Amino acid sequence: MSSHQDPSAPLQGAPSKNTERKLKNETRTQLISFILMIFITSMAFISIGSDAVPNGFAIPFILMLAGVQVVLQLYFFMHMNEKGTGWINVMIWSGLFVAALTVGALMFLIGEVKY
Amino acid sequence: MADHQAVEKQTLPPNPEKATLDGRNKYLGFWFFLGGETVLFGSLFGTYLGLRGGVVDGPGPADLFHLDLVFIMTMILLTSSLTSVFAVINMKRGNYKGLLMWMWATVALGIAFLGFEIYEFYEYYHAGLGFTTSAFASSFYTLVGTHGAHVAFGVAWITVLLIRYRNTGLTLTNAPKFNTAVLYWHFIDVVWVFIFTVVYLLGIGG
Amino acid sequence: MSYAKAQSKNVVWDWLTTVDHKKVGILYLAGGAFFFALGGIEAVLMRIQLMFPDLAIVQAQTFNELLTLHGTTMIFLAAMPLLFGFMNFIIPLQIGARDVAFPFLNALGFWLFFFGGLLLYVSLFTGGAPDAGWTAYVPLSSNSPGQGLDYYVLGLQVSGLGTLIGGINFLVTIINMRAPGMSMMRMPLFTWSSFVASMLILFAFPALTIGLLLLMLERLFGATYFAVDFGGNVIIWQHLFWIFGHPEVYILILPAFGIFSEVIPTFAKKRLFGYSAMVFATLIIGFLGFMVWAHHMFTVGMGPVANAIFAVATMAIAVPTGIKIFNWLLTLWGGRIQFTTANLFALGFLPSFVMGGVTGVMLATSAANYQFHDTYFVVAHFHYVIIGGVVLGIFAAAFYWWPKMFGYRLSETLGKWFFWLFLIGFHMTFFVQHFLGLMGMPRRVASFLPGQGLDAMNFISTLGAFLMSIAFIIFLIAIFASTKNRDNVQDPWDGRTLEWTVPTPVPEYNFAQTPLVRDLDPYWYEKHEGDGKIKAAEPLGEIHMPNATILPVTISAGLIVASFGFIYHILPLIIGGFIITFGAMFVRSVKEDHGYHIPVEDIKRDKEEGK
Repeated sequence: MSSHQDPSAPLQGAPSKNTERKLKNETRTQLISFILMIFITSMAFISIGSDAVPNGFAIPFILMLAGVQVVLQLYFFMHMNEKGTGWINVMIWSGLFVAALTVGALMFLIGEVKY
Repeated sequence: MADHQAVEKQTLPPNPEKATLDGRNKYLGFWFFLGGETVLFGSLFGTYLGLRGGVVDGPGPADLFHLDLVFIMTMILLTSSLTSVFAVINMKRGNYKGLLMWMWATVALGIAFLGFEIYEFYEYYHAGLGFTTSAFASSFYTLVGTHGAHVAFGVAWITVLLIRYRNTGLTLTNAPKFNTAVLYWHFIDVVWVFIFTVVYLLGIGG
Repeated sequence: MSYAKAQSKNVVWDWLTTVDHKKVGILYLAGGAFFFALGGIEAVLMRIQLMFPDLAIVQAQTFNELLTLHGTTMIFLAAMPLLFGFMNFIIPLQIGARDVAFPFLNALGFWLFFFGGLLLYVSLFTGGAPDAGWTAYVPLSSNSPGQGLDYYVLGLQVSGLGTLIGGINFLVTIINMRAPGMSMMRMPLFTWSSFVASMLILFAFPALTIGLLLLMLERLFGATYFAVDFGGNVIIWQHLFWIFGHPEVYILILPAFGIFSEVIPTFAKKRLFGYSAMVFATLIIGFLGFMVWAHHMFTVGMGPVANAIFAVATMAIAVPTGIKIFNWLLTLWGGRIQFTTANLFALGFLPSFVMGGVTGVMLATSAANYQFHDTYFVVAHFHYVIIGGVVLGIFAAAFYWWPKMFGYRLSETLGKWFFWLFLIGFHMTFFVQHFLGLMGMPRRVASFLPGQGLDAMNFISTLGAFLMSIAFIIFLIAIFASTKNRDNVQDPWDGRTLEWTVPTPVPEYNFAQTPLVRDLDPYWYEKHEGDGKIKAAEPLGEIHMPNATILPVTISAGLIVASFGFIYHILPLIIGGFIITFGAMFVRSVKEDHGYHIPVEDIKRDKEEGK
């Protein structure tokens, strides 16, 4: 503890076998989630772009797709699924909660329709 | 007991971005900042959604937005998210060259996105949508422009990091920096997911 | 790596460049006290104008500027920085940390706040301060002539940025920097409540940032969010402001609750009653604090169902707050209560705050709110919770922690004079305002007519304000007259928590050895179960410290330059300011600064001298 590390020395050596394997798995997971995201995005664009899908279905559908895609980003690309991210989850979901309240209020409670 | 020798060779830890207390602080603090940014963009989205009907005499969403352009921009940003993921994987692998390369790819995609956005704004402006034309125009430019400003800041930030650390190798100091920059970049992408859904797709579809 | 201690050249430079959380804390206190005095003077000027009917001591326009500056100053530039001062100084000591998580950002937060506050006050000398109230409702604010509102927008934007940075710093400090054994549920309540307040800062301030951004773009660049003829909507500002504004009052009151939760057990010589209930009540208040903002807008016309929902949510806050009040009372129950000045403030707080809480529930009744809205009843209510809660808390904290912070004890005699005069003056000023409000006197009026039954109570109210001023002057005298009391400053109150274990003055590294925490109230535990000394969690070793730097001042100054550019539409100033700010950030990013290490010999020498 008292021999302090030099924080600007280049890191040497290779990762352990275990890390290597984990990273390999991770690469695969990330690729899969990327392909999933591309798919989801295309679905969203198609359901709005084509006349075959009625708007009454398309609008909630694309909102749901956006939700799925954000969860993919947060939990896979940004690693919010890892251990030790408890506080991060608390803060991000609290932020989303407050943001949702804000959006709801600014959409519905601005005096145009009275509830 | 206080031996003053600095350890010559630092060995690569499994998570170099979180190996030091400084790194862990940065990681957590930056995530919390993103939690705050969520509310920041939530406020902008709310403002836009509240005002998007306020078109007055100017052009409205359906007159302006083109699905193809937005689709290309979305794909660019999504891909840049993947390249930055690869950068982090290479960082954990100790492959510094790979980290730099994928980060440069991210920067390039970010610049391409910005180019499209500037072109897009230019088009809208010439279609009669000035910043002060209507409440819809103001809130649209503010929301999408704030996102664009975030992209621009991200591009500048990552470029500075890449130039500063072009030949230092991976260290316990720059690993957290790259990692936070990547987190920021993903967050920009998260915001864009909502923008293309709520602003563009809903603008055209309903 | 050099071990040479970065010795500063002179005192001013030392304070400008410091990143030591204790010095930043003192800077916050000094800055907050400065603005507190300004806000107090504004208040007294308003009360003098309202002393008798039909006075014309200050003009109506000046009166509007005074009330705007008073509100803005007291909330943003006085109450919050004063609390931040205590949080900065005390939290790391309470959790057994050597420093905060981000010493650089901590200093940056202070300078942003201070420069933002100064920017707001520059407006006094440039032809008119902001005059649209601290809430700056549009379209009054978006159409207000002159530059006053521009100063308001940019000053608050800059200082709000500082607050946000400070909040994140406290959150990470509390999560990552706790000493071994200091679990979350062993943290002192001041740390807990500051933690929750910081969470509120994190989620509330971005809404204000956007609100101010929109107002700025509307005023300076012709945007049309609030212009109804362009399809805009004025209610958007009110929502954004109160989504920030309501959590803001909890940001103020929660740390004050924390202070009382430290002071009362210390002077009752009892462990805090219901510690975990206190923690959860704090969390619930923080959560509910985000659900109730629209109770400021009952008369806007959101509709009966929306009003009812927000009314019920508001009343629900009375429950966790009530839990807290009862826990404090039960802590006192059966204790050996010492009536020190700090404890007097805590005891004075209990009834005063409950009175503010009761009027809060009255205001939450949305139907009745149509009667109370925009009258002096509201003024009375929020001064009862802010002065009766926050300000009394700040004074309790001042008397409680002064010995640790400044190395001398404040005079108890003067302190008690101060307390009684302040408490009586406070109730005299604001109690009558309830009735003024119920009789129909609107708030924010520059004058009133004689013969409407308002004369006597306005006169009493002004006398109370004078009494509070006299009390505050006694406090200032106490600060200078008590400097001789330099004995018994390490642990003057027989304290319970870790901040009383470090020597006074606190060494810059706080703890020579990181403490090992074995129970809630660790110092008290060691005093009664151990040998009275905190166990160390590590051997004596050298200590890493951050380097001092001028960059926080540079970054903040750049933003001020850019703000002037925005206010007066001078493009070179905008660009120049941003170059300064981003340039300094660039330097900070590119130049790696690993700090320095204090050698073991120095720490040993300090230890021998200190005891």
